[in-house]
Amino acid sequence: MSSAGRPGRSASALEPRARSPHRSAAAGARLRRRQRTERVFRAAGQLAIAIGLGFVIVLFGSIVYQGKDAFTQTHLRLDIHFDPSALGVGASATDAELAQADYPALVRNALAARFPDVSDRKDRRDLASLVSTGAPFELADMLASDRSLLGQTRSLWLTADDDVDMFVKGKIRRETPAAERRLNDRKIAWIDALTSDQRVERQFNAQLFESGDSREPELAGLWGAVMGSVYTLLTTLLLSFPLGVATAVYLEEFAPKSRWMDIVEVNINNLAAVPSIVFGLLGLAVFINFFDLPRSSPLVASLVLTLMTLPTVIIASRAALRSVPSSIRQAALGMGASKFQTVLHHVLPLSMPGMLTGTIVGMAHALGETAPLLMIGMVAFLVDIPGGLMEPATVLPVQIYLWADSPEKAFAERTSAAIIVLLVFLIAMNSMAVILRQRFERRW
Amino acid sequence: MQMMNMDPIAAPKSELAVEHEPPHERHSHRAPKLSASTPEQTLGEIHAADAAIVSRTVSVYYGTKRALYDVSLDIGRNEVIALIGPSGCGKSTYLRCLNRMNDTIEGCRVTGDIFIDDQNIRAPDLDVVQLRARVGMVFQKPNPFPKSIYDNVAYGPRIHGLVRTKSETDELVERSLTRAGLFDEVKDRLLAPGTGLSGGQQQRLCIARAIAVEPEVILMDEPCSALDPIATAKVEQLIDDLRANYTIAIVTHSMQQAARVSQRTAYFHLGRLVEVGPTREIFKNPVHQLTVDYITGRFG
Repeated sequence: MSSAGRPGRSASALEPRARSPHRSAAAGARLRRRQRTERVFRAAGQLAIAIGLGFVIVLFGSIVYQGKDAFTQTHLRLDIHFDPSALGVGASATDAELAQADYPALVRNALAARFPDVSDRKDRRDLASLVSTGAPFELADMLASDRSLLGQTRSLWLTADDDVDMFVKGKIRRETPAAERRLNDRKIAWIDALTSDQRVERQFNAQLFESGDSREPELAGLWGAVMGSVYTLLTTLLLSFPLGVATAVYLEEFAPKSRWMDIVEVNINNLAAVPSIVFGLLGLAVFINFFDLPRSSPLVASLVLTLMTLPTVIIASRAALRSVPSSIRQAALGMGASKFQTVLHHVLPLSMPGMLTGTIVGMAHALGETAPLLMIGMVAFLVDIPGGLMEPATVLPVQIYLWADSPEKAFAERTSAAIIVLLVFLIAMNSMAVILRQRFERRW
Repeated sequence: MQMMNMDPIAAPKSELAVEHEPPHERHSHRAPKLSASTPEQTLGEIHAADAAIVSRTVSVYYGTKRALYDVSLDIGRNEVIALIGPSGCGKSTYLRCLNRMNDTIEGCRVTGDIFIDDQNIRAPDLDVVQLRARVGMVFQKPNPFPKSIYDNVAYGPRIHGLVRTKSETDELVERSLTRAGLFDEVKDRLLAPGTGLSGGQQQRLCIARAIAVEPEVILMDEPCSALDPIATAKVEQLIDDLRANYTIAIVTHSMQQAARVSQRTAYFHLGRLVEVGPTREIFKNPVHQLTVDYITGRFG
């Protein structure tokens, strides 16, 4: 095709190419094959994302579905007569006497007034068990804050027992045979009667956010675990951020490059991969047994979690320091800034976004840690809200673990509700990391 | 503004008085062109009458690789000396020796002596921080700090304790920016970030930053190579204005620029100082064959 159309050309001259090799038929086939491969690759990527998203949606959806009911709690409206004689106190009783008075009697009397035909002792006990065992304490608190209630009658909403709550929410079904049901037919009849009186209502479950743990599901709350988590996390942040940043700055800027430093770097990277329960064992052996620190306290928990998150903070901080362009360092050094001034005034501020992101991600990781904290004793059943770093406490993930272990049906939905609270915290922390990072980057 | 003159031979005559050496030390300027191998001794006049910087047998090693071979050179006070040569010939390496920036490079070893005003800056107990305040540097790519223009210029004086009050700082910033020819353009936006300026303005900001610490010497490592011709012309004019107060050593790839701004020129080749002399003489009558080849553009 080339020389045929050009007679007279000498054989030694370069033969001009008539067609570029990129426009031949074979090239066309290669192009179509490549485009098909790219389409397949793109589709595979989209499929992977879809599967991942699908899992996330299923996970979140199932947790929300299971846990949403825990945010409401059945209450019963009873007419409580604060009768001094029923309480067993005089009209001018002291606060101490009032605190010791017989408040369950008030509840029993209110129920008896509504259902006067209940006479059998067992039946009377069943009737009283419709109301939570914490209800009398609610009455005591009310009277303690308002003495004028003594002698008066009020229509009050009291927390119902967890079995009643489960029945009202449909988790205990009346179709189940009576032998397998936790509520016998008489109790169901009473609940129906109260419902037709409009004395049964599902209200917002404030206990979940105000109280500590309890064996009674309707009284169980997350506040103790939340405070424990807050104390632990704050102390962990205060310990791990300065230590991690200082270590990273030293290793990256000041340490002489030598074989010893390579060993240190390898060890730090390996520590980031150590299972967290090992840190719990370390905390048990060193902090609790050797240093005699109080078991199950936020102090020991934060020490253990600091050790665990330190490698993460160090690695993220070193990467952030390395990303600062050397032209800034050269400019600062060339102006007569010392190495320390260069790092403090120029390198650190520029690497702060990366350091903060790494730290907050490390904190989010620490928030969800259970295994090491079980090792240091946070598995105990604690009712009180921790007041300080040295008092026994528990954290949210451990609380979830304990509730997941409990047999009562009502704890199943509360476990999912606690998981939702934990996830909200985690999402909030990660969002804060993103916002902080954007804010710092925009300023420069 | 100086007219851009492409003819290296028409460069302004040097005003530097060359010291009269004893006859046996003087190299012949009219000798025939020598062979193309690098000489053991530098041709031309390495000494200067009133030397601000004196270097003797300076060598630099990067690990085992040698980058500079026994460079001896004087840089006179208030003169502009241009260091020219092909890529990788060691001129930037030599420049960085003068403010000991080579110390920041791993594995870099410097031998020889460098005296700035009779003080040997290669002494191990020298305070490098103070040296770098006396010998400022402007880099090839403008690198203002990611701070405001005001803070860029004020940073050096603050850390060296040159200013105490805000009014002193204001005055120093204004003076430095005016000397760098930038004040009129930025006086309304001193708090704007320095990185928001154009390339030429950024480089002049870097120069303002360097002179704010009141150095004696300014080292410039190809300051105009990243700038357009108009910005280049402004910076070259600035160099000429600065000459009255500072000693300037400028590394440049452009022979035309060397001819425009400098009074003396030093030609480096493969780590050796081949020839040095008044700019006009170097470009009009280069002695060594390598210098001739470079000037006429046969390589480099």
